[in-house]
Amino acid sequence: MADALPWVISRERESSRPFVEVLHDWIVTVDHKRLGLMYFTYGILFLVIGGVEASIMRAQLAVANNHLISPQTFNRMFTMHGTTMIFFAAMPIVFGFANYFVPLMIGARDMAFPRLNAWGFWMSALGGIVLYFSFIGGFGLYGAGEAPDVGWFAYAPLTSSAFSVGHSTDYWIVGLLISGFGSIATALNVMTTILCMRCPGMKLSRMPLLVWMNSVMAALVLVAIGPLTAAQLMLLVDRYLGGHFFDTQAGGSAVIWMHFFWIFGHPEVYILVLPAFAIVSEVIPVFSRKPIFGYSIMVAATVSIGFISLSVWAHHLFTIGMTSYVNTFFVASTAVIAVPTGIKIFNWVATMWGGKIIFKVAMMFCIAFLCQFLIAGLTGIMLAMAPFDWQLGNSYFVVAHFHYVILGAIVFAVFAGTYYWYPKVTGRMLNETLGRWHFWLFLIGFHLTFDFMHIPGLLGMPRRIYTYEASRGWEFWNLIVSSGVVFQILGVLMWVINVVRSYFKGDIAGGDPWDAWTLEWSTGSPPPEYNYAEIPVVRSRRPLWDLKHPEDPDWKYE
Amino acid sequence: MTATNITIAQSDLPLSPNMRGKVGMWCLIIAESAIFSIFVVAYLYYAGKSVTGPTPSQVLHVPYLMSVCLFSSSLTILLAEKSLRRGNVKRFGLYWFLTIALGVIFLIGTVREWHRLIYHEGLTISTNLFGTTYYSLVGLHALHVTIGATGLTIILLLALFGAVRQEHSERINVFGMYWHFVDAIWLVVLSVVYFIAR
Repeated sequence: MADALPWVISRERESSRPFVEVLHDWIVTVDHKRLGLMYFTYGILFLVIGGVEASIMRAQLAVANNHLISPQTFNRMFTMHGTTMIFFAAMPIVFGFANYFVPLMIGARDMAFPRLNAWGFWMSALGGIVLYFSFIGGFGLYGAGEAPDVGWFAYAPLTSSAFSVGHSTDYWIVGLLISGFGSIATALNVMTTILCMRCPGMKLSRMPLLVWMNSVMAALVLVAIGPLTAAQLMLLVDRYLGGHFFDTQAGGSAVIWMHFFWIFGHPEVYILVLPAFAIVSEVIPVFSRKPIFGYSIMVAATVSIGFISLSVWAHHLFTIGMTSYVNTFFVASTAVIAVPTGIKIFNWVATMWGGKIIFKVAMMFCIAFLCQFLIAGLTGIMLAMAPFDWQLGNSYFVVAHFHYVILGAIVFAVFAGTYYWYPKVTGRMLNETLGRWHFWLFLIGFHLTFDFMHIPGLLGMPRRIYTYEASRGWEFWNLIVSSGVVFQILGVLMWVINVVRSYFKGDIAGGDPWDAWTLEWSTGSPPPEYNYAEIPVVRSRRPLWDLKHPEDPDWKYE
Repeated sequence: MTATNITIAQSDLPLSPNMRGKVGMWCLIIAESAIFSIFVVAYLYYAGKSVTGPTPSQVLHVPYLMSVCLFSSSLTILLAEKSLRRGNVKRFGLYWFLTIALGVIFLIGTVREWHRLIYHEGLTISTNLFGTTYYSLVGLHALHVTIGATGLTIILLLALFGAVRQEHSERINVFGMYWHFVDAIWLVVLSVVYFIAR
């Protein structure tokens, strides 16, 4: 078992070297751990930027008839908020976890293609920079620009050159196009790593669930990003070469953009949520002191979620007037996805059932995840019913629903992951007291904002309006919703303070602070550049348990 | 880890690190197919929906010669790979050059067809929906042929400088997969554009 020594040595070496040299090392690195950290940091940076945009919107909507920002600015804010959070916050964070932990967990020394890995990261980074360059360069050399304002799904014909003058939409297209290539490269890499780089004995049936779920994530990226890329190429053809793909006056169709976008867009939800499931599936067993309940069923549920998620996209289109047959199909397929998802929730609960639950912050975030994801799923089923969706489609009820998924499930799982793996990555523990402050503040803020956001939706408040009249009965709810933002900001602030402070002052973690069972805990904290001095050999799903308990190893029972 | 008394052969896993090139290329092919499938869907969906002429049946002629060239280049690249596997670098270079030549003939065919369509038939990408979808789909494929031919040429140059040897045969095969993919896509584009949606 490794101790803290390599970490101390490497930190002293880092601090004694000139800053430029260290920076150079990070920029040219092809190490999966460094790239994973860079993905994560980059994602957090954009999470903060997207959060600021959301806060501006909530400040505008806090009271009726507000004139804090102009309608034009409001449009830019919700477009940039959505685009940033999905493509430049959530996806990089997800890829960061996959990059860092997939090779470690399968006992590999790096990804299958380390240089392609670096290329993927820098493409994603470039995409984000291109998108945000629109703020200053949107009009070319004037030095003043404007951000895209067509909404994050950029429905036609609003994006045509007649209605979206200037280059803001082009920056949106090109930014996403570039980061899409990066995503495909990373997904290809994750997939190949999982298929080809496993250590001896690491059969598919012994892979940690994190690895399984990330493999399905990678498969979804491979098949889902392509449609978005294709649709954006078509949009570029329309805008620059005078094409007619989405030009209704020349026989084109605005609806087909919706189809193409959501063929990407709905699998995207699962691209983001499967890695969240992956984190939860690693944290809950360790802090319940029980192996995961129903491993093989979990894998089967994950794979079937992957398949079903490719056939549900048109539930985003119920309100545009499709035929009853199409509606029925997509109602059914959307409802069916609740089955494997429900299986997962039962399995997580069954893992906790009868376990010796340890209420560390990581576990608390996971329990919150379970409750919130359940509610998100329930409003999801409500919206999957076409008649219900006709009533509430495009209202704040929808906004509340998908923020429940993305914040209540994905962000909570990501926070759980940071508390669980921070010791592995830095060699030091995060502070539990600050962590509890973070947890409760963020939890209260989340529920203030998104529980109460359902109600103005039910009362008929449409999304994307920049203000509203006082007589609608929405002010009270909107004020509560906006007040929750304060708690969320304070919570995230606690987390940032914790992460920075613990880096210097946290308790030394050692190789295996949680008494966990997966391979990454068998090496040093942080892991050496080569991960494992000797490639491990595994005989069960919990190789570290086998090592710690030679008298009662798992492989006797599997 | 102290796992000295446990011996599990590496071979109990079906895929090994030296197959990662192939697996990675398959992943790329899947991702590329997703892009192409959307363009094909758009082409089929918009077939016959143009509000003005010209229509496909008025202006398109089936490009038999260039198709035969592209399809046979899949054969020559196989022969090139086989030669390299057996260590005959000279013959490899010859077949490899032939592959490039066939690819270039295909591209010249595309250029001639587009020239005829633009200057004689008056069909551009902005003329009507047919033009938009036709140039996009065929152009996307031609772009892939161009990328492939460029890659082939780089490898040929490397071979001329003696940098391609028998031990690189696996990697050459991986590149060959991409070329086969480009050919297979042409089969789809050819059937959709020139036969199904006339």
